[in-house]
Amino acid sequence: MTTHQSTPVSPVPASSGPMTPLPARLISVEKETHDTYTLTLEPPSAPGGELASRFRPGQFSMLYDYGVGELPISISGDPERPEQLVYTIRSVGPVTTSLVTRAPGDAIGVRGPFGTPWPMTEARGKSVLIVAGGIGLAPLRPAIYHILRHRGDYNRLVILYGARSPRDILFKKELSAWGLLPDTQSLITVDYGGVSWRGHVGVVTTLFKSIRAQPAETYALLCGPEVMMRFALRELQIRGLPKNQIFLSMERNMKCAAGFCGHCQLGPFFVCKDGPVFSCAAIEPWMDLYEA
Amino acid sequence: MNSIQVQSALAEHPFLAGLTESDISTLASLAFEVQFQEEQIIFRDGDPSSFFYLIQSGHVALEVRAPGHILRIQTIGDGEELGWSSFLASVNKQFQARCLEPVRAFAFDGAQIIARCEADPAFGFRVLRRVLSTVADRLRATRLQMLDVYATRGGGGL
Repeated sequence: MTTHQSTPVSPVPASSGPMTPLPARLISVEKETHDTYTLTLEPPSAPGGELASRFRPGQFSMLYDYGVGELPISISGDPERPEQLVYTIRSVGPVTTSLVTRAPGDAIGVRGPFGTPWPMTEARGKSVLIVAGGIGLAPLRPAIYHILRHRGDYNRLVILYGARSPRDILFKKELSAWGLLPDTQSLITVDYGGVSWRGHVGVVTTLFKSIRAQPAETYALLCGPEVMMRFALRELQIRGLPKNQIFLSMERNMKCAAGFCGHCQLGPFFVCKDGPVFSCAAIEPWMDLYEA
Repeated sequence: MNSIQVQSALAEHPFLAGLTESDISTLASLAFEVQFQEEQIIFRDGDPSSFFYLIQSGHVALEVRAPGHILRIQTIGDGEELGWSSFLASVNKQFQARCLEPVRAFAFDGAQIIARCEADPAFGFRVLRRVLSTVADRLRATRLQMLDVYATRGGGGL
């Protein structure tokens, strides 16, 4: 457990802009799984801070743990609840571990929102297939919230979620509840299960055969480990989904989030500003490029 | 279920999609309906590979028995096949198959189906192509599983 000096929410930065983190007060830290937590923050009270909570599904913020470091974190909350900023974080490194051990009342620096959103407007009138793996469900949750709030604008909603094991399943209660809604399928699979696990076992692509949706009338939104997305992409293409209806959220080493530093370059794109959400048609030629 | 009903049910099973009516009729003559209870073990690792199943309803877990625990590595459900190794008469079952809920299936005696494939190689080719497709799907899924794609590696961003 990391111990922290409490960071006050004041002072307000002298200047603001895309590179200046604004302090936001941490409201709560909720444990989701053994290593993943959801942090809820108040939007920064400094001038311009209200913009931090005006995000579109799929966008991310840069979260700065004062004195520790800064990371890009997808927004996992409801885009129509601007009174709070919600982030789901897997604790795997020094910055994420420090962030998830912060206490309510602490200040966390926020920049953003940044990046391209999921194609919620283009997908209107179509079915939406969500394919998520591991923590990749977090950036897709705002898209699910959006569809559920505007249910009449979309046809079927199919959520396929893969996790490593039953104890790694994120948003378990919500996944179950979504599956009970009309015109909604929510299927969970784990790579490995014990005898107490009664659900599906197998990689996420093994769920594709259970989908009830017409490929030509479906938009697919994918987020998860890149290798998982490559396999999922192959399955979607076998099933006839057009490339311009498949969208992926890519992860690269983002530092500035504003296209200045070039750390996140992927082919002709900077993932921070041209992504993280790309259409398959645009990104497919670059998907086999590995980050050094 | 009479023979016409068996043939009709087999014709709708995804594993047999695209086979000729004559092929389905041949398979129907070999099929018999079986039911298993929840938690029933259909076969254990090391058992002779005698039966091949086409699942109509319910889910079956494939498990590996290891010292001190059982690892569930795959689930197979309605519309899928179970026990493809029965096409290889000399190979014993590699996994344990346990019903997660009541299961209904069509069973085929492996020796009989092999004999029919050998007697009619064109029929055998069409059936084995489907078996091979299933094996290829399972191999692909197993390779992806082995990659352990959700394991912790990075710094946790996004």
